[in-house]
Amino acid sequence: MLHLFNNLKKLYKYRALIQNLVSRELKARYRGTVLGFLWSFFNPLLLMIVYTLVFGFIIQPRDPVFERNPLIYALFLFCGVLPWTWFSSSSLESANVLMVQGNLIKKILFPVEVLPIVVVTSNFIHFVFGLPILFFFALIILKKFTVFMFFLPLVILVQFVFSLGFTLLVSSLTVHFRDIKDILANLLTFWFFASPIIYPITFSTIRENRWLQILLNLNPMTHIMQGYQNCVFFGEMIRWKKLGVTFLVSLILFFIGYSIFDRLRDSFPEEV
Amino acid sequence: MIAIDVDNVTRIYQKYSARHRFKTFKSALVKGDLFKAMRADELVTALDKVNFKVEEGTTFGVIGENGSGKSTLLKIITGITKPTSGKVAVRGKVSALIELGAGFHPEISGRENVYINGIMLGLSKKEIDRKFDEIVRFAQLEEFIDAPIKTYSSGMYMRLGFSIAINVNPDILLVDEVLAVGDASFVPKCLDRIDDFRRRKKTILFVSHDLTTVEKVCDRVLWLKEGKIQMIADPKRAIDSYLQDIAEKQEEDFEIRQKEVEQEVEEEKEVESKDRREARWGKREVKITKVRMTSLRGEEKHVFSPDEAMAIEMEVEAKARIKDFVFGIGIFNSQGVRCYGTNTHNENFEPQSIEGRGKVICRIERLNLINGTYYLDVATHKRDGYPYDYHRNLYTFMVSSLYKDVGIARAEHTWSFSPSIQMKPPTPRSE
Repeated sequence: MLHLFNNLKKLYKYRALIQNLVSRELKARYRGTVLGFLWSFFNPLLLMIVYTLVFGFIIQPRDPVFERNPLIYALFLFCGVLPWTWFSSSSLESANVLMVQGNLIKKILFPVEVLPIVVVTSNFIHFVFGLPILFFFALIILKKFTVFMFFLPLVILVQFVFSLGFTLLVSSLTVHFRDIKDILANLLTFWFFASPIIYPITFSTIRENRWLQILLNLNPMTHIMQGYQNCVFFGEMIRWKKLGVTFLVSLILFFIGYSIFDRLRDSFPEEV
Repeated sequence: MIAIDVDNVTRIYQKYSARHRFKTFKSALVKGDLFKAMRADELVTALDKVNFKVEEGTTFGVIGENGSGKSTLLKIITGITKPTSGKVAVRGKVSALIELGAGFHPEISGRENVYINGIMLGLSKKEIDRKFDEIVRFAQLEEFIDAPIKTYSSGMYMRLGFSIAINVNPDILLVDEVLAVGDASFVPKCLDRIDDFRRRKKTILFVSHDLTTVEKVCDRVLWLKEGKIQMIADPKRAIDSYLQDIAEKQEEDFEIRQKEVEQEVEEEKEVESKDRREARWGKREVKITKVRMTSLRGEEKHVFSPDEAMAIEMEVEAKARIKDFVFGIGIFNSQGVRCYGTNTHNENFEPQSIEGRGKVICRIERLNLINGTYYLDVATHKRDGYPYDYHRNLYTFMVSSLYKDVGIARAEHTWSFSPSIQMKPPTPRSE
């Protein structure tokens, strides 16, 4: 434990590196594209349009929450898809990051955990770029702002810690077991549907099935997604208890992920 | 004061096979003993109980063949790799010129890369701000610094990498073979910078295959062989022993080759194939049964220095009495250029008669050839050129020298200078 805290302290000294790598990542990603940073806005927007068309117009939302209005449903979707994209692209990228940056790891001495942290952070920035769109549509469609939006940072914090823990775990293990990359891609698809993103947790089928409820509640992403939906869509107070437990779970995941990362650290220069 | 203390360091690399990986994965999933399962099935010892100290302010050279553990040693000193056992203590800030520009991102500008690379090498943002102009000037990239790195030539890339690393202003500089890729104008600049470091009494660990530079810049030299320290000595002694060792190894290779040829000659095989330069022809009226290259003392040898003498010994045999015969030799370099050729007829020897077995020795007092591999022709033929036994390029030898002269052969020469020109003569080498 103490060891990890020392590591974290050392990491603080490298914050300038993290900052620079994140900005490099962001700059490099859209370098050469015509629209540049606008893609950070367009990507979630286009995704939302697709979901609206499929789930709003073709498979019409049955739940009374949506008032049979595809636009309202689209907003609901967007509430979940935006943070989910942050999580899933962070995870997928982190599975590769140590191998992609292998040359660095082999040649330069620096805390390698910087790399997965940069992955989560740069995807976080993309997520943040998407937020104004979310707020904008929330204002147009719901015709009001909720004060509960101010609780959003708490939800984001929980997801941040959870993502960090998960990416540390995934990135270090993938060095030894490259299969994880493929497993992960499938797992994320499953996980997406196992979290209340395209359906509300209050959906009738779920309400009537105890087992489904238990399973969903065991999924930390459920509570994180619900947090976003409460803050932006439903305009309700976040569920303190559930989100608190999720935060605890995220912290535990972070320490497990970090410990494993730390134990495997010495093998990185030869294995990547 | 000791700058680098390498204390009994052993580094063992683990190799995993694909099957092993699968088993590991399975047992990690099934039994959950991830760390236990991740043991390797093959171990490679890259460094074996390496022990040495580097005094502060000295330049310490490390030489050895490829795969002798030099790079591993550097990585352990920088801390990138951990020793399997043993300890390394380093006093002061270390900067490694291991791979220049490692971590440059091709899509973003040189400027941004300077910052990221500098931070990675341990500079703060402010320090980089201060040194930025100097870094760019030294790399001669003023006009290109805002262009993306991917538009740089490899030379520009390397210059920028070197410039950043050297401007980290470390107490200990690790240099690994980086100068091998620089262009003719940049390398002296780099060497100047390294000299500057030496003058400022900083510690340098210098890894290189360029033995001339090593001898010039180093105070002490460590020779690594197969992960073990073979010798730590003054540069000349270490380099000489290292070269000696290489020569012995080459000698062994040549001996194996020689054995094959002897076998072929003995079995009277017609050595003739299109892709090989070697060949043998003739009706063997005067047969060459054996050829040896020896030193003047008569030891068989295949690696010579250019100052050395070489005796080519031919054992010949004539079944019947023959009156018209010539012995000849020819030396070809690896490009197939005849460096020298002569025969007894050209030198006006008059053949009288030969019958039965005999021995011919051609003694070259000084080889005077440059570095490289050479092929030897030996032949017996009639004065009009009709071949008895012609061995084309069957024998190989090598000339290994520290001189860096070029050409086909080494012309014997001396230099002299009028008193107004001050020139320090080379330090004589012990052979």
